Amino acid sequence: MTRVGIIGAGHGVFGRRTDATVQELAFEAFRLALEDAGGIGRDELDAAVVAAVPEYHRQRSVAGVVQEYLGLNPKPVWLTEVACASGSAALRTAWMAIRSGVHDVVAVIGCQKMTELETPEILALMGRVGEVQWESVFGTTFPGYYAMFAQRHMHDFGTTHEQMLAVAVKNHFYGARNRKAFFQKEITLEKALASAPVSSPFCVYDCCANADGAACLILASAERVRELGGGERVVWMDGMGAATASMSVLRRENLVGLPSARQAAEQAYAMAGVGVEDLDVAEVHDCFTIAEIMAYEDLGFCPKGEGGAYIEAGRPYIGGGGVAVNVDGGLKSKGHPIGATGVSMTCEIVAQLRGESGARQVPGACVGLTHNVGGIGQYSFVQVLRRD
Amino acid sequence: MTMFSEFGKVGFVPATKVEAFVEHLRKGRIVGSRCSACGATAFPPRADCVRCMSPDFTWVDHDRRGVIYTFTRTVAAPAGFEEIAPYTLAVVELDAGGRAVAWLGESFRGREVAIGDAACLVPRMWEEGDSLRVLYTVERPPECD
Repeated sequence: MTRVGIIGAGHGVFGRRTDATVQELAFEAFRLALEDAGGIGRDELDAAVVAAVPEYHRQRSVAGVVQEYLGLNPKPVWLTEVACASGSAALRTAWMAIRSGVHDVVAVIGCQKMTELETPEILALMGRVGEVQWESVFGTTFPGYYAMFAQRHMHDFGTTHEQMLAVAVKNHFYGARNRKAFFQKEITLEKALASAPVSSPFCVYDCCANADGAACLILASAERVRELGGGERVVWMDGMGAATASMSVLRRENLVGLPSARQAAEQAYAMAGVGVEDLDVAEVHDCFTIAEIMAYEDLGFCPKGEGGAYIEAGRPYIGGGGVAVNVDGGLKSKGHPIGATGVSMTCEIVAQLRGESGARQVPGACVGLTHNVGGIGQYSFVQVLRRD
Repeated sequence: MTMFSEFGKVGFVPATKVEAFVEHLRKGRIVGSRCSACGATAFPPRADCVRCMSPDFTWVDHDRRGVIYTFTRTVAAPAGFEEIAPYTLAVVELDAGGRAVAWLGESFRGREVAIGDAACLVPRMWEEGDSLRVLYTVERPPECD
């Protein structure tokens, strides 16, 4: 089976995009990706995969309007949806299509317009993020679920709220240097600790924000990479892991980690033939601060229970002695347009491995990882990416 | 005729193969399911056995006692829960197996809750507008005795 390479990456501005429709957001990222791929034409593409979570859009069947607006008819398109991991799921299906030989060049477009809905609609959606038969009926919320993981993590391992908020401080530090991020400003631990309570132990600065935005990647088979002359800058998708865990958190073994993330990571490391010691840079799913701490542990950056100490020691900073994590600002500072997030993560690793990340560049980065989680670990995707 | 949508403060699921759970709850009983083929028990109950895939099950009383596994005090509430916010949700690890999430009831009022505290599920019923609501809350001893 062919190796699959990324030949083009495009990333739009994330934030409150009251100026654009979802297909217009998709267009921004798509145009940039084609340009980045050496200005290839749309006729080089065989198919497109759209990642988006449908319930946020007034337009039903969003893949159709995106495909039309990008001028890609009559090429095939399909939508992938696994909540916040939809972007990585789309990348996986495009990778599968190319590996199988059905398609040779595929565009993956993650796009989401989350600020179209009125507050009551958002509150109603918020009430159905979990398992609706036994859990949502008690008013569970998305922050509430991760807060319950945080509470148990604090109990079992002595993790502190200050350690959690140190994740937010780091991600804002790097987000302040990312012109595509929603919140381009640094924050202090004091300010974060003083923010309004959301769901104990979380306050506002433990939580990422809904956002609008799009990101796009162009994937190609090894043969087409050569033909399209993308050789020098190509980033290879060498390790692709995916796993699931129960929808109901009540049926999990414990609430201090995400078993699906651990399993997806094992698969990705094995497929790529790399270990944690080979990683230079990672993008992890920091929807809430505890999620990044659990990611350090689930991905093997540190032993279970030591994620709090890992951030406290500054190890995930560039030059911190560990794996540099979320040096584009993460979901926390970039914003979280759920369908676009997974694609955005891979875009950042592509830029890092090419040495194009400017003030946020990890020196000499050649192996990178993405960790994209849907829901509360119901779906996990881990990619190991490499530049030769 | 029981409707499963009576379960919880806001019901999202109108019908299920385990809707008799609500009838038992109305009578003050917490029940789980037991697979008729292999004997596997489940709480929350499920009609179809996840272990042997048999679709046949019976109801069994499920010990309602356990310990607090984790909890969170929720300030930002979703639609339908605004008037009771803030409320504390707790996951109870049941001695008989399985877990439940529900909010802390009256017996916890004015008290700090901690992981590892003894707790239990207590059936509750009330009328809200035209509809009957049935659920369980998490309570502490002596309500658990």
